[in-house]
Order: sequence, then C-alpha cells, then structure tokens
Amino acid sequence: MAQMKYYYELTISSSPHVHSPVTTKTIMRDVLIALAPALIMGVVVFGFRALTVTAVSVLACYIFEKLWCKLMKQDDKTYDLSACVTGVLLAFVCPPTIAYWQIVLGAAFAILLVKMLFGGIGRNIVNPALAGRAFMFSWPVAMSTWVKAGWANQASIFSTADIVTEATPLANMHQGLMPDASLVDMFIGNIGGCIGETSALALLIGFVYLLYRKVISARIPLVYIGTVAVLTFLFPMGNDRITWMAAQLFGGGLMLGAIFMATDYVTSPITKLGQIVYAVGCGALTVLIRYFGGYNEGVSYAILIMNACVVLLDRIGRPVKYGAPKKEAAK
Amino acid sequence: MALSFFGGVHPNDNKTYARDVAVQEFPEPDIVVIPMSQHIGAPCKPLVKKNDLVKKGQKIGDNQGLCVPVHASVSGKVKSVEAKAHSSGTTMMSVVIENDHLGTLDESIQPRTQEEVDALTPEELINIIREAGIVGMGGASFPTHVKLSGGIGKVDTIIVNAGECEPYITSDDRLCREMPNELISGIKIVMKILGLKEAHIGIEDNKPEAIRSLKANVADSGVIVDVLPAMYPQGAEKQLIQAVTGRQVPSGGLPAAVGCAVFNAATCKAIHDAVYEGMPLIKRIVTVSGDILMEPKNLMVPIGTSYNDLIEACGHSENPYKVLNGGPMMGAAQYDLSVPTIKACNAITVLGKKNKYSVEDSQCIRCGKCIDVCPMRLMPVLMYKALYTGDPEEMKATNMMDCIECGCCAYNCPACVPLVLAFRSGKQRIRDAAAAAAKK
Repeated sequence: MAQMKYYYELTISSSPHVHSPVTTKTIMRDVLIALAPALIMGVVVFGFRALTVTAVSVLACYIFEKLWCKLMKQDDKTYDLSACVTGVLLAFVCPPTIAYWQIVLGAAFAILLVKMLFGGIGRNIVNPALAGRAFMFSWPVAMSTWVKAGWANQASIFSTADIVTEATPLANMHQGLMPDASLVDMFIGNIGGCIGETSALALLIGFVYLLYRKVISARIPLVYIGTVAVLTFLFPMGNDRITWMAAQLFGGGLMLGAIFMATDYVTSPITKLGQIVYAVGCGALTVLIRYFGGYNEGVSYAILIMNACVVLLDRIGRPVKYGAPKKEAAK
Repeated sequence: MALSFFGGVHPNDNKTYARDVAVQEFPEPDIVVIPMSQHIGAPCKPLVKKNDLVKKGQKIGDNQGLCVPVHASVSGKVKSVEAKAHSSGTTMMSVVIENDHLGTLDESIQPRTQEEVDALTPEELINIIREAGIVGMGGASFPTHVKLSGGIGKVDTIIVNAGECEPYITSDDRLCREMPNELISGIKIVMKILGLKEAHIGIEDNKPEAIRSLKANVADSGVIVDVLPAMYPQGAEKQLIQAVTGRQVPSGGLPAAVGCAVFNAATCKAIHDAVYEGMPLIKRIVTVSGDILMEPKNLMVPIGTSYNDLIEACGHSENPYKVLNGGPMMGAAQYDLSVPTIKACNAITVLGKKNKYSVEDSQCIRCGKCIDVCPMRLMPVLMYKALYTGDPEEMKATNMMDCIECGCCAYNCPACVPLVLAFRSGKQRIRDAAAAAAKK
C-alpha cells in the first residue's frame, strides 16, 4: 500500500482562494503614475522648487503616518502608498513658493488629524490633502502668492525672496475680467498657480491612464467638469462665452480637483446616482464660490463640502437586488 | 436575448491545466469510505454492518423523507461503520469498505433496452432516479427526484448547466466532449418526465470543442445549445436562469417559481446511466487540477476514494498550500486529505503557496468595486459595515440573506477584505436570531 500522507501543512480559509491582481497598493501606485505628468509640468513651469516641495510633502505624510502607527500601536499600513498620494496631492494644491515648514505642518494636519484620527485609510470623512490645504490657509498670503510662470522666473529651491508675482487667470476672472494668459498657455500649464494644477494637458494624460487602468470611472470627472462648463457658458462675464468657459475650465484647479480629488474613493459616494449628484454639487459650488466668494478659487472648498454630504448621497440610487419583488422593483 | 447576468468577474480560468486531458478510469482503491449523507436532507441509515459482504452497486444506506440512498462503489467486506472526516469539515457516519477487487456487481443492476425505457412512466422514471441515489452533481447536491417530481406541471424551461465557470474545473467540459450522447439521452429523460419538448444547455464560450460536440449530437432531440459569454459566476443557478431566460428567481424562492429547473450536466449523465444501464451513482468525473500538480487529470472516480489517493496519482511539485473541494472561487479548503470523494465533488483543486493573498487587518477603501461585480446586485460594502453593528436586523436590511457567496466581491476587493467569510457569519447570526425569535 502506498505511503499515507494525509496531513500536509494545509491552510484553511474561507473561499475565494484566488484574488484579482488589483490591490490598494497597485491602485495607489497607478494614481502616483497618473500624477507624474503633472509633476513634470510643475517642474518645467516653476523650476525644481516644485519637485522639492512635493518631495518634502510626500516624505512628511509618509513619516507622520508611520509615526502615528508606531505611537498608537496600530498596524503600519504605509506600504499601501496612500500617504504618498496624499503627500503629492497636498503639494500639488500649494504654490511653489510655500515654505517647507508650512507644508510639513499641512501634512501633519492632513495625515494625523484628518486621516489617522478617524481610523486611517478608508475612514476619513473629507479628503486629507484638501483639508490640509484648507488648514494651510491659516497663512493666506503664503497660500495665494503666485510666482510668474516660466523658467526665467523660477523660485530658488532655498529661498523665495525676489520672486516675480503675477495674477492668475482665476484672479483676473474673479474681478470679471478676461484672463491675461492665452487659452493655449492655460491648457499647457504655462500660467501661475499651484504646483500641480496648471497643466490641464498633463492632468488629462493622467486621467486617460486612470481610465485605462480602470482605477476610476469617468462619471465624476465628466459630470463635474460638465457642470462647470454649462454654468460658466450660461452665465459668462464678458462677451465671449466660449473663451470664458474654457478659461474657467483650464485656468484654475478644476482639472486636478475633478480628476484626482473628487474621485477619491473614500470621500465620494458609492452609488452611481449618488456620484452624479455629488459631481453636480461639486461643479455648482465651484462656480458659486468662484463667482461670489471672497477667494477666487472654489474647487477645494466645493469638494470638501460635498465630501461632507457623502453619507447622505450613499442612500440614493441603491441598486435593486436580483429577484426583488415587483413592487420594490417599481419604486 | 441578452444572455447575461448582473456583475461578474473574470478570474484567470486556468483550465489549460486539465482541459485537454481525456477522462481516465481511476483504479478502484483498496478502501472506500461512503458517507451516509451526500445530499441536502435527512442522512441515510446504514443498511449494512461490520463484516457484511457487499457487492458493487448495492444499496448500503437509505432513509425516509427528503433523502436519497447511497450505494457501495466497490465489492468487498464492510470494515467498519463509523464517523469519518467529511469534506464539509465535519465528521459523518460512513461505511468503510475493504475492496476485494473482484468487482462483483449487485443483481439489481440490469440494463434496459430502448423499448423498455420508452414504456416507463414519469413516476417510474423518478423512482429509478431516486433509487440510483442521484443528486445535483454541480455542488448543491439537492435530491434530483424531488426537483423532478416537484417540477411536473410547474416547469416550462429545462436548463442544463454546463457553464462550469469556476477556474481549473474541466469535468463537465470533458463530459460534453467525450460523452455527448449519454448526456443528451439523460436530458431527454428529464424532458419526458417534465413533459417538455425543449431543453437548453447553458455552456460558456471558452469551451469550443464541447460546444461543437454537443451541437453535432443534439440532432432533433429538442435540446438547444445556448453559448454564453465566459464570466464568473455564469454557472450559478440564479445567474444561469437569468442569462438563458431573462427571468429572476424571486428573493428566497426556488427556480420553479419562475418555471425553471436547472440540472447539472453530470447529473443528466447519471440519469442516463441509471435508466439505461441500471447503474446507481457510484462513480463520477472529478477534475484533479491545480498550479502545483505535475499531471492534472480528469478522473472517473469511484465514490468514496480519498482525496489523498487522487492527489498522489497526479503528483505535486511542492507541498500543497491549500486543497479545495471544488474550484478556487467557492471551494471549501480541506485540512484532512483522508476525506472521501462524494457525489457532488466535481473537482479537487490543489494550490501552491503563491496563491496566498490575505492581508492582516484589511481596511475597506470604499472603492465600490464589490458593488460593480455583485451578480445579485447587492452592496457588499454596506453589508460589511452592517456586520459591525452586531445587529441581525441591520444585517438583514442590507439583503445579506440574498448573498450566494460566489466570492466575486472578495475576489475583486483591493483591500482584500474577507467579505465572503464575513457574510457567512452574518447570515448565520441572522438565522440564529430568527431561530431565537421563533422560540419565544
């Protein structure tokens, strides 16, 4: 009789026993890859300080999360790269002239208070990077000093003295004027603004990559951008509707917000209808704040406000289950 | 017709391991262990005792009520009647038979001619199917005679499930390729019992040879081959009904409620064997496959053969990490390889270490990928959240009881949350709460 080998070191676990190759880490990695073109454009437009600010922000976010896990004796999940994504996004919504200590404090707020205090990845209520930016508006001047775009004007890595500032397209438009910059400059990103927001082109390349990798669906970005387009087309200031609309779409943080911030899984609704309402809300609030707010950019606050509504939006548009009774299906 | 269902995933089907390996007769083992319950319903009572001599095909267990008999798969001497490990993870009263390798057939096994079969009434056929111990062989193991007798007059569509959407498994594929005539003959018997002129075979488009083989043999039998897109869980009963007929089985109801009856392909072949050969269900095709097996095989296995015998017959390049009763999406992990092959076991999947994917303390990131793939259109993300409330009412409100545990959500979850495990425990808590409420 053959030798009986009944007991190997067999592992017992619940089905399924195979898993899709997509994990939180691969998703975050894809987001980082999708953000790379915008970072490259940031460096091209604002010089190497854009890169060092981003690096400091990423490092700070990563270290703060690790530190929190250590101090709170929680499982260290920094390997999932979500802190790095927050770091890049936080840097992207700051001017390249921001002081390093300021962005480190912003990172601390984003990671420690907004993310980890609520339970870490998946449990924060608002987008950590945007909340970090909102916190950094404690230094309003630093957060709204716009270096003039172009290599000749780049800020030094170590000093932000002697920079040449300029009005951003949004600042022009906030006063009801057509922007100084051309539409082509706005689309390519050759304008003043935050590190990662200026180049619509680079952000759209990232968008296509995220769609190709099925990391996000196009629903939220398209509805968000579409809402802004429709509202600014219907209510232009100045006489050229199309240019006004295009300047509103490409001249500020809309692309960055719609593609990378509003689509954050954690802080956006899970139902399709919820996502549409959320995106329309983001678009409408963005335009309202840009038109009537004291500050000329509305994307970040619009998204933060809609983040807070997600718990309600999750309740609408729930799918009708398979085999639901007819009455329920008709509802 | 849409030929599709909600959601679904595309796991790597890994069928190339065994799909082109012809079915081989597995040599009768020296010892077989026949569990007294291989079906849903009351377990059988053993009809033999220690030291009895039994013949191949002899009935050795039966009971009243919702029950089908079990038969000896070899001839020989009863070594013991005792509780033995079972692939469900528990122990089960079983008859252990020492094979005398004589293969003496029981006298009751008499083939029937076509004329004799034609003369049988539906009631007689149903009785033959019951006495042959036939159950749903796709995994659910519901007694087939009950499904048939309950379906007369109610069922307008017969669906034969050859979907086989689980990765690695190729037993039904081989069956369709090698024994299409027996399969179609079995389907015709089902059609006769249910008084219908038509039956659908649902099969995935990743089995072109099987589709060709079936189409070449259906002739004017009234059997229609429905080619469905390869997508897991195409072979789940409710999803197959939806794909073939567009109907949805009501929540908590049976397929008969929408006029459908679904039979696994292997079950139909077993019906043919029982009616024409007089042979009870004592062997079946089992795919033994996996990424670490030297020679994955499709084997015709006597019921009661241990997993260990089958795995050793295929050889493995490293020590198994997991051994599954079934495929990797829904199969149950085994800890004891002495468990016997039972009627509903269509595959044994042996996986290596590289399949390990679990993470410690996984955290949902609310990506909603579980909602996209749920074939029951549930919201696993909310079901999982409800579990944490600990309140059975709250869990029930998320439609957790409709979950078919297909594993699509857990397969797709980037955070590797063990969703199926969670929902199994949630469902049990809902059932416990209902039982406690009924007591009061």
